[in-house]
Amino acid sequence: MRQLRTYWLDAVAIVACLLVFVVPFAFIVLTASKSAEEAKEWELSLPEEWRFWSNLREVLSFDDGLVMLAMRNSFILTICSVALIVVFGAMVGFTLDRRRDRVASVASGMIMMGLIIPPAVVPTIYTLQQLQLFKTLPGLILVEVAFGLPYAIILFRAFSATIPRELDEAAMIDGCSGFRLFFKVIFPLLRPVIITVIITSSITIYNDFTNPLYFLPGRDNATAQLTLFNFRSQFISQWNLLFMDALIITIPPLIMFLFFNRKIVDGMAGAVKG
Amino acid sequence: MQHLRKAYPRSFYVPAGLVYLVIFFVPTGLAFYYAFTRWTLFESQWIGLDNFRQFFREEALLKSLRNTLVYAVITSGSKVVIGMGLAVLVTSRIRLKGTVRAMIFFPVIVSTVAVGLTFSVLMHPTDGLYNRVLAAVGVDGPHWLTDVNLAIFSVALVDIWKGLGLAMVIYIAGIMSIPRDLYEAVAVDGGGWWQQFRYITLPLSQPATFTVILFSFVGGLRSFELIWTMTGGGPGFASDVIASTIYKQYQAGFYGLATAGNVILFVLVTALVVPMTRYFARREIRR
Repeated sequence: MRQLRTYWLDAVAIVACLLVFVVPFAFIVLTASKSAEEAKEWELSLPEEWRFWSNLREVLSFDDGLVMLAMRNSFILTICSVALIVVFGAMVGFTLDRRRDRVASVASGMIMMGLIIPPAVVPTIYTLQQLQLFKTLPGLILVEVAFGLPYAIILFRAFSATIPRELDEAAMIDGCSGFRLFFKVIFPLLRPVIITVIITSSITIYNDFTNPLYFLPGRDNATAQLTLFNFRSQFISQWNLLFMDALIITIPPLIMFLFFNRKIVDGMAGAVKG
Repeated sequence: MQHLRKAYPRSFYVPAGLVYLVIFFVPTGLAFYYAFTRWTLFESQWIGLDNFRQFFREEALLKSLRNTLVYAVITSGSKVVIGMGLAVLVTSRIRLKGTVRAMIFFPVIVSTVAVGLTFSVLMHPTDGLYNRVLAAVGVDGPHWLTDVNLAIFSVALVDIWKGLGLAMVIYIAGIMSIPRDLYEAVAVDGGGWWQQFRYITLPLSQPATFTVILFSFVGGLRSFELIWTMTGGGPGFASDVIASTIYKQYQAGFYGLATAGNVILFVLVTALVVPMTRYFARREIRR
C-alpha cells in the first residue's frame, strides 16, 4: 500500500513536470514542423504533414543565408570571448589568491562591483566609439570579456586556494619565472574550473541578447539571438519558420546540455556560490 | 617580498584590468557626468538635475521604477520558496532525481529570446494554448500580457519558470552537504518529516537561501531581455522596468536621459544589494 502511494507521488511529479516544463518545448518543435497555414493556428498538435526539413531549408536560405551568417558571428563571439575570459581570468584569480595584499583587496572590491552594478549603456557606446570599436565584433568581444571576467575571477581564485603553495616554491627553486610557473605548472592544474568557466560563460554569451542589441547593430553583424528577435517583425504569419529559427538557435546549448548535464548543473550551482 | 614579486608578478593583473577598466569602469564613471547633461554623443550641455526631475515626474518613468522593485521582489521570493520545495522533493525521492532535475533545469540554458517568443504565443488572450485549455474547462482565462494590471506579473511568472532550475540546483547542493546523521537524530527523537524540514533542512540550507536571494534579486533589478521580448514594456508602459526605459530613451536619442536611468538603476541596486550582502556575510560568520 505504502509502495503504491509513493509510485503515485512520483507519477504526479513527472506529469506535472511534463506539463509545465516540456509542453513549451514540444510546442516549439511541433510548430516548427508544420505548414505556415497550420502553424498559424498555434495548436499543440501533431502536424498533418511533417515539413521539418523543408522549413529548415527555407529558414537557412532566407535573406541570403542570414541565419548561417548569424550563427557564425555567434560562434566567433563566443569562442573568442570565452578564450580571453579563461586566460585573463585565471591569471588574475591565481595572483589574487597568492598575493593577499592591499592591491588584492582593492581589486576584490572592484570585482564585486562588476557582479552587481548594471553597465551604463550609452557611456559604453561612447567609449567604444572613441576606440573605433562600436558596431564591430572585436568591440562586442571586449564587452563580453569585461562583463564576464568578475564571475570567472572569483571561481579561479577559489580554486587556486586549493593548489598547495609548496608547488610554487618547488618550481621557483627549479628556476622557473613567474610566467613559466603559471602557464606550465598552475594553468594545467586549473583544468576542472576552466571547464566550468568555459561551459557557463559560453552558454551565457551565446544566449546574450542585450549586449549585441546595443553594441553590434546591423544586418551583417546579427548574432543568432538577434535573428530571432528581428524575424518576429519579418515573418508575420509564418510562425513555422519563426519557431524553426527558435529551434535552430537552441541546438548549441541543447548539445552542451546533453553532453555536460552534470558539469553544467554542478558548475552553475558552485559558480554562484563563489 | 622579493619572492612574491618574482613568483606572482602584478603584471598578471594588466590584461584583465585593462579591459575591465576601459570597458566597464570608465563608462560607469562617465555616466555620473553625462547623466546631468543633454547629450548627442558628440556634444553635451550641462542641465543639472533636469534628467532626474523628468524621471521622477513622468508617470511612465515612475511606473518603471515601481515595476522594477515589484518584479525583483516577486521573482526572487518565488525562486527561493519554490526552488527549495523542489530541491527537498527531488533529494527525498531518489527514483526521480535525474529526470525531474534535467527537465526543470533545461530552461536555464535556453535563450531568453526563444523563451519570450514561445510564451508570448502561449499566453495570447484568445488563441494562446493556456486560455484555450482554460476555456475548454469553462474558465475565462486572464489576458496575461495585454491586461495593464497583469502584464508585469505574467512576465515575472515566465522569469520564475526559467530561473527555477538554477535556484533548485543551488538548494540541492546545499541540502546534500547537510550530514545525514542529523536527520537520523531527529528521527530517533520521534520527529517526523516536518520536524526534519523545520529544524534541520531549513536552518542548515541558509547559505543556499542567501545565494539564491542575492543572484535572483540582482538579476530581477537588472532584467530586460524577457520583458523586452514578451511585452516590449507594454501595453502602453504598463510593464516597463528601468532597463527597458533606458533602451527606449536610447532609441529615441535621449542619451542624457537614458544615462540618468542607468545612474538611478546603479543607485537602486547598490542601495539595496550592498546592505543585503553585508547582512548575509555577518549572519554566515556568526554561525
